[in-house]
Amino acid sequence: MTVSTHEANVLGEDPFETANLLDPYPFLGRLRDAGAVSYLESTGSYAVAGYQEVYEVLTDFETYISSGGLGPRDIRKDSGWRPPSILESDPPIHTVMRRALTGVINPGTVRALREPFTPPAEELTEQLAERKRFDAITDLAEKYPLRVFPDAVGIPDVGREHLLPYGNMVFNAFGPENYIFKQAFAQGDEHAAAVMRNCQRENLDATGFGAQIWKRVEDGLITEQQATLLVRALLSAGVDTTIFGIGNTISVLARYPEAWARLRENPKMAKFAVDEALRLESPFQKFHRTVSVDTVLGGVHLPAGAKVLVFLGAANRDPRKWGDNADEFDLDRNASGHVAFGMGLHQCVGQPIARLEMEIVLQQLLKRVSTIEPDGAPAPILHNVLRGFESLPVRITAG
Amino acid sequence: MPGQGTVVQSGLSKESEDLMTASAGATIDVVVDRADIVADQVVSLVLRRADGLPFDSWQPGAHIDVHVGDGLVRQYSLCSSPEELDHLRIGVLHVPDSRGGSKAVHALLPGTPLAISAPRNNFPLRESRRYLFLAGGIGITPIIPMLEAADAAGKEWTLVYGGRSRKTMAFAQQLEDRYGLDRIRIVAEDEVGRLDLDQVLGMPRAHMLVYACGPGGLLGAIEERCMGWPPGALHTERFVASTLGAAAANAPFEVELARTGTTVTVTNDKTILEAVEEVGVRVLSSCRHGLCGTCETQIISGEPEHRDAVLSEEDREAGEIMLVCVSRAAAGCPRLVLDL
Repeated sequence: MTVSTHEANVLGEDPFETANLLDPYPFLGRLRDAGAVSYLESTGSYAVAGYQEVYEVLTDFETYISSGGLGPRDIRKDSGWRPPSILESDPPIHTVMRRALTGVINPGTVRALREPFTPPAEELTEQLAERKRFDAITDLAEKYPLRVFPDAVGIPDVGREHLLPYGNMVFNAFGPENYIFKQAFAQGDEHAAAVMRNCQRENLDATGFGAQIWKRVEDGLITEQQATLLVRALLSAGVDTTIFGIGNTISVLARYPEAWARLRENPKMAKFAVDEALRLESPFQKFHRTVSVDTVLGGVHLPAGAKVLVFLGAANRDPRKWGDNADEFDLDRNASGHVAFGMGLHQCVGQPIARLEMEIVLQQLLKRVSTIEPDGAPAPILHNVLRGFESLPVRITAG
Repeated sequence: MPGQGTVVQSGLSKESEDLMTASAGATIDVVVDRADIVADQVVSLVLRRADGLPFDSWQPGAHIDVHVGDGLVRQYSLCSSPEELDHLRIGVLHVPDSRGGSKAVHALLPGTPLAISAPRNNFPLRESRRYLFLAGGIGITPIIPMLEAADAAGKEWTLVYGGRSRKTMAFAQQLEDRYGLDRIRIVAEDEVGRLDLDQVLGMPRAHMLVYACGPGGLLGAIEERCMGWPPGALHTERFVASTLGAAAANAPFEVELARTGTTVTVTNDKTILEAVEEVGVRVLSSCRHGLCGTCETQIISGEPEHRDAVLSEEDREAGEIMLVCVSRAAAGCPRLVLDL
């Protein structure tokens, strides 16, 4: 069988250029319109931004492998800055790590977190409701996950200040080694060492997810090194993304007062609002996969060893999947199938925790805040692969 | 029973406990056309409609209720071909310590009239590029029509079929003859030892769905290994309701019936279904043991604890539907609001 192929459309634009990072959507629209698969001169990688192609790359984990790393460099040839994580591994190594993690974090174990996760959200939102204005990022989105999530993993209080800078390093390394990357890595050794210390068995609280992961070492499923890496994965992937998820949800709802009013009437819809906000403003916008064998995607031949930059945030706004109002927030839309948490083998294992945190914060805010609107322009964060805000001033009425 | 001596052993089918107290709709009159011993303690029954008409079409994975007499109703997976609607075939395992179903079914001779339900499907074969089928013992029955469908569609597929010994494994030889040794892997414990699930499931494949049917212990082990596969890759059918749920505590809780406008208390000795029926609200139900899926109900709010053997992992995660015949409110959730 022969498959007719054409060359990828070559794009000179750089997705990691400041303007495209601060406001990604105009560029992503052009990238989607350029064709199913483009070639990016700036990074030397192929790029997919349509839902169909992104879905295909995510689900075909044999052709588009992870052990080459999520950044533009192939870490198989050129070792990465740290031992590869579960995110940077393929079966069968990935398989036992994922089994260990899924056994510990699943809807059953996460349901038990609603109780301890609720009072901090009540307390935070009560304080904020007494103010007319606050910053939804620094006063809320950054505060909440840092209060509840490290406790759930069971790490000591000492050294928690390194979690955000470490997450910033991990995610920025999925992009090129530009000035943003260098800034993130400025005190990199110190942050990495502190986080690694918190992944050791003796430093973990006996009841948290971390200790339960270590228990799988006793069961013989994973090695001590793998346990360390899995706890590290929780700590690096579980904080920043949730902060941006909360911030992005509020940024969207502040622009849609009718949706806020409807949610006030029916707070049970909070989880649907969060899902639609994650589709529209996906915190994790993009990462790379590596082509394992010569293949054809969207009519374009991709050679083995090539890097493919996967634009999750663009797939989540593809009009062919989501319709002409793909760029709009629609509380009634069924956002199911969005790829904000990835899809397939490597889909975010912490998804139920993140969703729980976001739902609780939103429900508590809805209880106490009758209107919320932007209070000046939000300041998007300059980040290689995450989409979010440094600052999001809002004006509220309590009640 | 052809040539089976005097006493027909008590025995059973798919489930040991699913005495049905409510019938879900009309029955179809059928006649036993053939009854053949196809393995140790396994009888294959071929059923034809009493009126001579063909059966309605059905899909691989479907089962029927068989009214076996004395008010007993049992569920059996169909193992004939959906392409041949002039008959239905079921495979019946006799289990010595059971309470009745397959005793009665084993006793059926050709010519015996029976009442069955139309085929229902809780275990449908979803579209995929590749399939891995895993069967333990009599769990082979729903898999057989799946193999035929996957093969006809030109899919890449394999079957791994485990059992105690070849002579207990129904249809093993026919499957090998029909599809060849490349596709069919028979793992008989007395020849090669037990099924090595780490070897079978240790290397997830892209675009491959896993369909497994067998006893609870095997399925539990498969589920644990499939935690390393993409979410949603595994589809299972159990013989009996999940033991996980049975062990949990039955704390009392309230159920608000949003459409009816009443609230009922579900005490620890009652199911939601029973409590709801007591106040005169109708819920369509069938097996009442979390096996058939008939009583699926929308959750408006509250956190369920799923105790059924039907819902997919995705459904369980979404928390939007529950089977009210067995599932309850989760620990710490005092009140469920249901769309009833």
